[in-house]
Amino acid sequence: MKKDIILAGVGGQGILSIATVIGEAALQEGLYLKQAEVHGMSQRGGDVQSNLRLSSEPIMSDLIPKGGADLIISLEPMEALRYVEYLKPDGWIVTSSVPFLNIPNYPDLEQVLARIKAYKNHVLLDVEALAKEAGAPAQAANMVLLGAAIPMLGIDHDKMIAGVARVFARKGETIVNTNINAVEKGYAFSVR
Amino acid sequence: MKHLLLGDEAIAQGAIDAGLSGVYAYPGTPSTEVTEYIQHSVISHQCSAIQCRWATNEKTAMEAALGMSYMGKRALVCMKHVGMNVCADAFMNAAITGVNGGLIVLAADDPSMHSSQNEQDSRFYAKFAMIPCLEPSNQQEAYDMMAYGFELSEQMKTPILLRVTTRMAHSRAVVNTVEKPRPQNEMSMPKDVNHFILLPAFAKRNYAELVAAQPSFVAHSEADGHNVYTCGAKPEKAIVTTGIAYNYLMESYDASMGRSILRVTQYPLPAALIAQLVKDGAKEILVIEEGQPVVEELIRGMVPSEVAIKGRMTGDLPRMGELTPDNVRKAIGLDPLPEHAPEAIVVGRPPALCQGCGHRDMYAALNEVAREYAAPRIFGDIGCYTLGALSPFHAIHACVEMGASVTMAKGAADAGQHPAIAVIGDSTFTHSGMTGLLDCVNANANVVVLISDNLTTGMTGGQDSAGTGRLEQICYGLGVPQEHVRVVVPLPKNMEEIKNVLREEIDYNGTSVVIARRECIQTLKRHLKAAKRG
Repeated sequence: MKKDIILAGVGGQGILSIATVIGEAALQEGLYLKQAEVHGMSQRGGDVQSNLRLSSEPIMSDLIPKGGADLIISLEPMEALRYVEYLKPDGWIVTSSVPFLNIPNYPDLEQVLARIKAYKNHVLLDVEALAKEAGAPAQAANMVLLGAAIPMLGIDHDKMIAGVARVFARKGETIVNTNINAVEKGYAFSVR
Repeated sequence: MKHLLLGDEAIAQGAIDAGLSGVYAYPGTPSTEVTEYIQHSVISHQCSAIQCRWATNEKTAMEAALGMSYMGKRALVCMKHVGMNVCADAFMNAAITGVNGGLIVLAADDPSMHSSQNEQDSRFYAKFAMIPCLEPSNQQEAYDMMAYGFELSEQMKTPILLRVTTRMAHSRAVVNTVEKPRPQNEMSMPKDVNHFILLPAFAKRNYAELVAAQPSFVAHSEADGHNVYTCGAKPEKAIVTTGIAYNYLMESYDASMGRSILRVTQYPLPAALIAQLVKDGAKEILVIEEGQPVVEELIRGMVPSEVAIKGRMTGDLPRMGELTPDNVRKAIGLDPLPEHAPEAIVVGRPPALCQGCGHRDMYAALNEVAREYAAPRIFGDIGCYTLGALSPFHAIHACVEMGASVTMAKGAADAGQHPAIAVIGDSTFTHSGMTGLLDCVNANANVVVLISDNLTTGMTGGQDSAGTGRLEQICYGLGVPQEHVRVVVPLPKNMEEIKNVLREEIDYNGTSVVIARRECIQTLKRHLKAAKRG
């Protein structure tokens, strides 16, 4: 088993929480893991990404080579497109369709979404609306996105849910359930 | 025990488990998490008491660590690469005094300048000071090298430089740690106190000892097992690689390529292993190293001239910037993997000051006032507020290094510039701005020093700032007249008042300070959240 994942978004959106849950589940599976993060200046509203590598064999590089990623998980549609050079020819893009507008020259959204749809393997979803439907606050939008990516992760659905429960356990049962609902909502969207 | 740790956290846990008594540091990406991890471990009682309060700057940190070492205890100093310049005086002379308790200096380099103004390579400092340097290639090695490094430091009576780069510092992996940490050293005086008195007579003797110790440092590099040489089936084409560069090599390397490979994680370079590489038939050596071409330069003087040395200086790898699995793959002659073309529709998303940040209101007022003058010059400094150089503010005309705003404004005023304004954050001011302000006061330089005080060290994530609550007193103490130390609250509703204060102080012919004080919006959110929880 080997999955190379690029997590993308805008500084402050919460991509690292997604990585934390996947990491938790992967370690329980006994997989090797390397995760390169971005700290520092870019976290102030700039583009951020994290390289998450999972494998049943030891992993060498902390960074994913170009053309090597199985999956891009992005909390922002244009940010998903920023890393397509890293995607395998048949890799997946799982991304939020909601733009994060903090720059004056954001491209036409319809064209951005059209470019994502041009990739054979894509899941495009309104994570904020789905979070709301799941009865979860906007902060749980990243868990909806995580749910939508579960079928491509190579880790069993139930084991991912257990990972969510463990990561949020110290915040209490209500928050655990809210986040699980959000994950299930995204998962259902993806496998529909 | 198994832990999922950042490289920085592995270093911190390694230090704790090796009997650390004090960590001394000034925040700086990508080194900050080392000290934060130790602070959290102390606060949550996951380790015994360790001195871990932030230092005012890297020089005070280095000196305090040397004092801890003098008393026989183990100390760690952490900084980003450019912090090495600030502590260089203490660092270079600590190599001359030597140590009592183990002393490790962690320098986290930032090739590609993700959050920095240059990409200087700290390995030069180890070479300069003639001390051993360790460069781990993964998180486990980073952890293990702390215990090893402290032992080596105490055995060889020398400080050790531990060099990492951004991807090592900020990448997570599972690390196996010991069950029980080593106890801290008992306090003990240095055996020969004259070693720490660098009068020329003593310093000459110390330096002679340091020079005499060089062969033993090399012998350690050759024998300790941190530098690994493997002779390949086709040894004509050899590779020397260091630190995390080894990982990029192994990502695409195939054993059938048969290269001889020397992996370096300890310096000085292992001369005997390099000689063996040549003896085994190397006609060409490709040097793959993160940062500047340090090994590539050094190795030229260690092999016969007919052996071709390739690397960053020959264009086989990029002369600047980070290594990647891709440029290393190319350097060993492999084709790139099939990839998608980049998407032309994607535009840049530069970082920006947070919405609601006090620096924004400070710049809004400053820009309006500056426009009233024919040719204002505003000298910026290092911190979030450096982003004032970008859209929409375009407010600063220089940014060089910690504290330079104050003294560059003075130099400009000395040259006849008016208005000459410095913009500096509270933490940067206490780090390196105070001495410059004293220069201004002594010359009664016609400058305005605008301290944008957000009560924290913001850029690195909100660490304590050394002068919080005492900035006015510090300025009075340095001799700025009390009536020319003005405090404003940067909020849109106070715009007229702030502008008036700025005008008055610009028009005052002398040194004045305007403090724009409002808490960082990020730390404020955290404080409100904590208060809500009770």
